[in-house]
Amino acid sequence: MAQNTRTVPAGTPTNVTQKHTKGGIGESTLRPDGTLKVTGEFAYSSDMWHEDMLWGQTLRSTVAHAEIVSIDISEALALPGVYSVLTYDDLPAEMKNYGLEIQDTPVLANGRVRHHGEPVALVAADHPETARRAAAKIKIDYRELPLVTDEASALAPGAPLIHEGRDDHHIGHVPHPNIVHRQPIIRGNVEEARKRADVIVEGEYTFGMQDQAFLGPESGLAVPSEDGGVELYVATQWLHSDLKQIAPVLGLPEEKVRMTLSGVGGAFGGREDISMQIHACLLALATNKPVKIVYNRFESFFGHVHRHPAKLYYEHGATKDGKLTHMKCKIVLDGGAYASASPAVVGNASSLSVGPYVLEDVDIEAIALYTNNPPCGAMRGFGAVQACFAYEAQMDKLAAKLGMDPVEFRQLNAMEMGTVMPTGQVVDSPAPVAELLRRVKSRPLPPERQWESAGEGADVRALPGGLSNTTHGEGVVRGVGYAVGIKNVGFSEGFDDYSTARVRLEVINGEPVAMVHTAMAEVGQGGITVHAQIARTELGVTQVTIHPADTQVGSAGSTSASRQTYMTGGAVKNTCEAVREALLEIGRRKNGSYHPAWATAELLLEGGKIVTDGGEVLADIAEILGDEAIDLELEYRHHPTVPFDLVTGQGNGHVQYTFAAHRAVVEVDTELGLVKVVELATAQDVGKALNMLSVVGQIQGGTTQGLGVAIMEEIIVDPKTAKVRNPSFTDYLIPTILDTPTIPVDVLELADPKAPYGLRGMGEAPTLSSTPAVLAAIRQATGLEINKTPIRPEALTGTL
Amino acid sequence: MDFLRPASWEEALAAKAEFPTAVPIAGGTDVMVEINFDHRRPEYLLDLNRIGLLREWEVGEDVVRLGASVPYTQIMENLRTELPGLALASHTVASPQIRNRGGVGGNLGCASPAGDSHPALLAAGAEVEVESVRGSRLIPIDEFYTGVKRNALAADELIKTVHIKKADGPQQYSKVGSRNAMVIAVCAFGLALHPQTRTVRTGIGSAAPTPIRAKAAEEFLNAALEEGGFWESGKVITPSIAKQFGDLASGAANPIDDVRGTAKYRRHAVGIMARRQLVWTWEQYRGTTGRSLEGAA
Repeated sequence: MAQNTRTVPAGTPTNVTQKHTKGGIGESTLRPDGTLKVTGEFAYSSDMWHEDMLWGQTLRSTVAHAEIVSIDISEALALPGVYSVLTYDDLPAEMKNYGLEIQDTPVLANGRVRHHGEPVALVAADHPETARRAAAKIKIDYRELPLVTDEASALAPGAPLIHEGRDDHHIGHVPHPNIVHRQPIIRGNVEEARKRADVIVEGEYTFGMQDQAFLGPESGLAVPSEDGGVELYVATQWLHSDLKQIAPVLGLPEEKVRMTLSGVGGAFGGREDISMQIHACLLALATNKPVKIVYNRFESFFGHVHRHPAKLYYEHGATKDGKLTHMKCKIVLDGGAYASASPAVVGNASSLSVGPYVLEDVDIEAIALYTNNPPCGAMRGFGAVQACFAYEAQMDKLAAKLGMDPVEFRQLNAMEMGTVMPTGQVVDSPAPVAELLRRVKSRPLPPERQWESAGEGADVRALPGGLSNTTHGEGVVRGVGYAVGIKNVGFSEGFDDYSTARVRLEVINGEPVAMVHTAMAEVGQGGITVHAQIARTELGVTQVTIHPADTQVGSAGSTSASRQTYMTGGAVKNTCEAVREALLEIGRRKNGSYHPAWATAELLLEGGKIVTDGGEVLADIAEILGDEAIDLELEYRHHPTVPFDLVTGQGNGHVQYTFAAHRAVVEVDTELGLVKVVELATAQDVGKALNMLSVVGQIQGGTTQGLGVAIMEEIIVDPKTAKVRNPSFTDYLIPTILDTPTIPVDVLELADPKAPYGLRGMGEAPTLSSTPAVLAAIRQATGLEINKTPIRPEALTGTL
Repeated sequence: MDFLRPASWEEALAAKAEFPTAVPIAGGTDVMVEINFDHRRPEYLLDLNRIGLLREWEVGEDVVRLGASVPYTQIMENLRTELPGLALASHTVASPQIRNRGGVGGNLGCASPAGDSHPALLAAGAEVEVESVRGSRLIPIDEFYTGVKRNALAADELIKTVHIKKADGPQQYSKVGSRNAMVIAVCAFGLALHPQTRTVRTGIGSAAPTPIRAKAAEEFLNAALEEGGFWESGKVITPSIAKQFGDLASGAANPIDDVRGTAKYRRHAVGIMARRQLVWTWEQYRGTTGRSLEGAA
């Protein structure tokens, strides 16, 4: 068995192009988890059970900002069935904080809570109800502190510092300690360029706090092991990132914390941060028993970070013939009480704030605040979503002011391959922005007044309000809106964003079988389906086994940033190529003397055989392998990026760009302010669709998530108390199937030569442009200026 | 929490007499949410699901006697002609799964102002038949709702049947929520024309501490229809009558600002719904419109 580790840069040319194998890339093979999920058979992390296990419960703060005067756990401990109650004082290691980039988040509150719902104490009991009751018996005496809730209160003279004594690597360049990170981008000369502008538009935009609203709440099971370590089965987005944060606070070396991915019910960024992982391990180690923690929906709203709410201030200018002259913007993201992914979100928001347009003269600033609001971090679209909502509103305003068609105006300014980004980075692969817009615009519009049917009256299902029967056509006005967006793929700004794949090829029952082993979190994106397709294509085998994702193999990076097919898919491809090479080497050694083609021809693996590129069969893979197994684990890297300059924002910071466009058709009941989105036509370039069914599913899902934040999704935080007012699916609304429009999808496949198979990361882009397209359509229907998302019925009817 | 499972109505009444704090549960639409959210931890749950008579209904000469646990799905499928307003309201309740379990008894027992069936019951006219070991009585729907999530039931009483007047004219029901399905009411409105008595009745949901009727709007419309001879002539309702009816309905609302909507919006929306429903029901009364597909799905 051969095993080694080597690093290959991305885009290494493949000297053999494998022919098609059944179930290989490009086929819409079905997801192995699909039927199980639809029929309710799939085992989610919340379904796990262990003999003798205890249930963990978190006690969370009921106030947003307070000093903890005292904690009394005696009554909780006295409750029969309670095994352990832990507070900050019980943390076993010197390290008591965690965090993705900045370790500012206490495992349990240390004398102070900074947001509503911060974990303060933990209970383990033999029944979840006992654990819940015990937690309720813990007495905490809070002394409330003044609140920081927005930019004004964060930066006011004498403002309370959310984190005192910061020593992270951003503190040196931020203008105030309540700012996590600041990224300016200056290019060209805005003052000069402004003089060329015939029209200037300004806007101030507000983006509400969106929740990932994954359906499987945070859950996991920690099992203490005999060597003093712990095994953790958990639903997460990135096992190795969790591991790096968990081990130090447990006081254990990483090899004593063995993690296995368990069934994940969606993520959308919300599982990038630690939730119950450390808590379950602490309780398991304290009690020496397996401990399971499952959040209910209420706790889930406090158990993960949300999408940053934002204020965005934009100024754009254009000449009278429709050419953009300049852009100036300031983006203020509310990061809440802890840093989470805020610095990277700032980097994205600033570097993508210009949108998919050519703009030579820009003055950009993005900041993330520390406040006492709920912590915010990663969510699908990651900083690019908020910016797209604002710059697309600006594009419509400019087009209107110039009397131009909004699509033609965008096309006139659309970026393309070769365009220089505000960061100075050249867009080095296809950027078909104008073409995507053309495609959505050229589709026929859905028929008008679809609710009317001969003699039968109104079909309310086609109307705003649906079966709530609020209109039979009265007050209903149609609107059509367009938007396009740009998102980066992969981790940016110099991050070492590698993925690892282990592939084992051996003969089982006379058949060659490939096993693919990665630590990639399958969160519903379809990654394991694609891995099997890649292995079939590259190794010419039909049987592929996917090993459970765990930390026994190297990191696969995060299932986020639209990166997994590119990165871990790329890693699987890369390792398969090495396995193929190793197999051919064995073949040459064993059979090379029997046929000259072993030495002279390009050899392929196809249908379980080794063949020449001319189609001549040289040997069975099984025959060449015999009892040997080829087992390789290799790391894979995309081309390197660099951090953005902290003053000018210049730098080749991004790996790849990805684009989608939408046309929204809506019917608005202008009297009641209710909206029915009729159609959301989408066009997107994916480079190469490895699995078209999955691609279309991702586009439709992302589009719907964008629709949600346009018209209904918002976590409402009371500005007076910084407390969450709607932590439930009763009052945090996400689109149902009756709110989901027809979503025709047009997929382009323009290869990026640097990426595996030319593919382009695609999971996030549809979430960007869907929101502004819907809002543009509502603006057209109502004539209202809409500067806040989500738009509520009150705002459409003047009844705020 | 103890779980009581009476096998018969008599056993249920005895249990409720013995344990007056017991919370009855049938579909669980409201009760399970309250328990899951930890808003309440009743000492006893009284499970009514073994009592078949609560799932029966009977169409009489003038009223439909609707068992408290008859699921909304059954109302939609079987009582559309007799109870059109309630059938429309049933469509707006939660999801198909919940409509298969939930019934009007739960709405009445919980007496939340946001209960979907209340405006339809108020508009149609109904009496709630309640019973205890002491005997049974009929509570007029107008006297049933006594406060926020409070009703006229005594501690030992259970809701058995709702006697709802069979429609003698067109009825409508609308609910505003911020999405197009599976949403709690921001506000709701129901209207029933009663050509036999030449009166109209209304119901407002989620826009006052209890479900209420828009009495001033009803009185105005009754008078306007009578004075204008509308019932006989079947002529078109004038826009000014429709507008004033809407304004008076809006004025009857006494809503609050909350996370689901502003008081101002609720007042506004009640007025719009009232105005539209008057036009829909009246056009139907005049026989100009076909049945609309609002209940077709």
